[in-house]
Amino acid sequence: MKLLSWGRYPPLPQAAHAVAWRAELPALLANVAQTCGTTLAYGEGRSYGDSCLAESGQVLSFRGLDRFLAADWSSGILRAEAGITLEAIIAVSLPRGWFPAVTPGTKYITLGGAIANDVHGKNHHRQGAFGCHVRRFGLLRSDRGRLECAPDLEPELFAATIGGLGLTGLIEWVEIQLMPVASGWIDGLVQRFDDLDGFFALSAELDARHEFCVSWVDCAARGKKAGRGIYMAGDFAAENWPLPAPRRKWRFPFMPPVSLVNTWSLRAFNAIYWRKAPPKSRRAPAAYDAFFYPLDSLLDWNRLYGSKGFQQYQALIPEREAGDGIRAMLTAISGSGQGSFLAVLKRCGGALSPGVLSFPRPGVTLALDFPQTPYLEEQLFPRLDAIVREAGGRLYPAKDAHMRGDDFRRAYPDWEKIEALRDPSLLSCFWRRVTQ
Amino acid sequence: MKQKRILIIGASSAIAAACARLWAGDGARFFLVARDAEKLAAMASDLGARGASETQSFLMDASDTSAHAGMIREAFQAFQGLDIALIAHGTLPDQTACEQDAALALREFGVNGLSVIALLTGLASRFEQQRGGALAVITSVAGERGRPGNYVYGSAKAAVSTFCEGLRARLFKHGVTLTDIRPGFVATPMTRGLPLPAWLTSTPEAVAKRIVSGIGRGTDVLYTPFYWYFILCAIRHLPRAIFKRLKL
Repeated sequence: MKLLSWGRYPPLPQAAHAVAWRAELPALLANVAQTCGTTLAYGEGRSYGDSCLAESGQVLSFRGLDRFLAADWSSGILRAEAGITLEAIIAVSLPRGWFPAVTPGTKYITLGGAIANDVHGKNHHRQGAFGCHVRRFGLLRSDRGRLECAPDLEPELFAATIGGLGLTGLIEWVEIQLMPVASGWIDGLVQRFDDLDGFFALSAELDARHEFCVSWVDCAARGKKAGRGIYMAGDFAAENWPLPAPRRKWRFPFMPPVSLVNTWSLRAFNAIYWRKAPPKSRRAPAAYDAFFYPLDSLLDWNRLYGSKGFQQYQALIPEREAGDGIRAMLTAISGSGQGSFLAVLKRCGGALSPGVLSFPRPGVTLALDFPQTPYLEEQLFPRLDAIVREAGGRLYPAKDAHMRGDDFRRAYPDWEKIEALRDPSLLSCFWRRVTQ
Repeated sequence: MKQKRILIIGASSAIAAACARLWAGDGARFFLVARDAEKLAAMASDLGARGASETQSFLMDASDTSAHAGMIREAFQAFQGLDIALIAHGTLPDQTACEQDAALALREFGVNGLSVIALLTGLASRFEQQRGGALAVITSVAGERGRPGNYVYGSAKAAVSTFCEGLRARLFKHGVTLTDIRPGFVATPMTRGLPLPAWLTSTPEAVAKRIVSGIGRGTDVLYTPFYWYFILCAIRHLPRAIFKRLKL
């Protein structure tokens, strides 16, 4: 079966070499590297662009490496193989009072992928990125064999691998620190805002008080309504409520020939969604699943964008330029009539991850999806890139399928450290695109 | 709820491992049998984290029938009886090679057929004495009709299925169930590299769910995923005059 990335763009199908046991890995890596030149570890394929695609078109599928190795439920320290998903971890850890300290907007990601992209979540302003909670991991390199990496053990490789896009070696297993939670429920609050100033005011007032904060923004709104959105915050409920029942899951059943997301469906949905949110702050208790992973209940939702796929644009604008930068981006996007139902604004905090190429920095990040059309790369993205460039911002490699090489190298000046530590047998389409 | 005591032979096979995970969530106690100590150790730590109360391991090559009696004795002693025994080991023979090499064909028949019959024989009398419990064995939809593409495998599985049919009636009187599990296409290390049609191919996890609930209910013959029941209905009724002309 041929694999793609989550955005189904660029259309570079990957042949998968499945791994079922760690003992098979050294021989398989050597074998694939010898016959195909280079390869790359592939987990759940939730990277949007080409950072999870091997330059050779031959990936090592880690889905079979999904075993727990050790779990200490008194300290919340968990060791597992790199192909295990957050979903599997939560299923076991939540009933015992533990939850991943950092989780992105989907639980269908692997531990290896979480490290390779140094993912972040709604609590970045408090907990930093995923890498802040990684204690150690095992790395298999084609040139040095098996290594164990920790802050005090191979520290260079440890830092390079976190956010290292899977290029510094195959991550075989990972040990993380979970965070204690009293229940599976989020004591949340919701409040809509009328414009970007409203977002910044709410964020300044409430971010510090809550563990999880994120905003939805109406990317189709123009003129006076521009920048309106909904602010959502929450904390794990302290009450010892029973675990939430698993949610009913649906699967998007077919691949529409054209994207179902278009200017009209977008305007209509967004206007209704915004009006449904309360103008004044209101408490909104939610199950953890609905709060963190709203899209996980619709499996294969990426099909919504049709067979041509979509691109996600996620940029971070540094704190000082955030107001003007985000405003300029939203103006350009709403003017284009393109965009997605889910557009996310989030203020990142100052906690720095050990990762050399980690994406989050203090500032505000805006993320949204666009159905794939030539218009994106010809007109919209160059305009957005110019705004990000001028503001001194950066794009998120895990989401990217278009970034210019000079933009990447300017935003991530330490990329040469990763190139120097890169396993010669590993290479992604993304890395070749932005470094060569 | 009492913790189930479960013996799995061929424990490191993908379908068996997925079943074990489901049982582990209910605090089961395991006696795992396989050839590879490293794999068994990895499974033990995994099942432990998922809630298994206890996991014991036993190294054995299932085709070594002389080792069966000792293994069965230890498994029954380990937890003073067993609630479930699942036989899951097997290989997918290279049919073309078997056509040229009778010794290889017999060896493959031995692994997939004779060794299972030997194990069932040993286990059945123990379960009979115990007057309760659930035996289960993974056969295959391939056992229902000999196909040119894999009739060595298919006939070994057919032998086991027919053996089970009779044994089930014998055990029924003693309150012991025997589930003949017939999976369709499942993406596992065993079927790696086969050109299985993606839309008909299931995952070990999905198949395991149905197996675990089927064993719990004492189902006699279990097709998994369920639609293979209908596919096999159709295949069984194909006239031989047509069947022998098909490339399957």
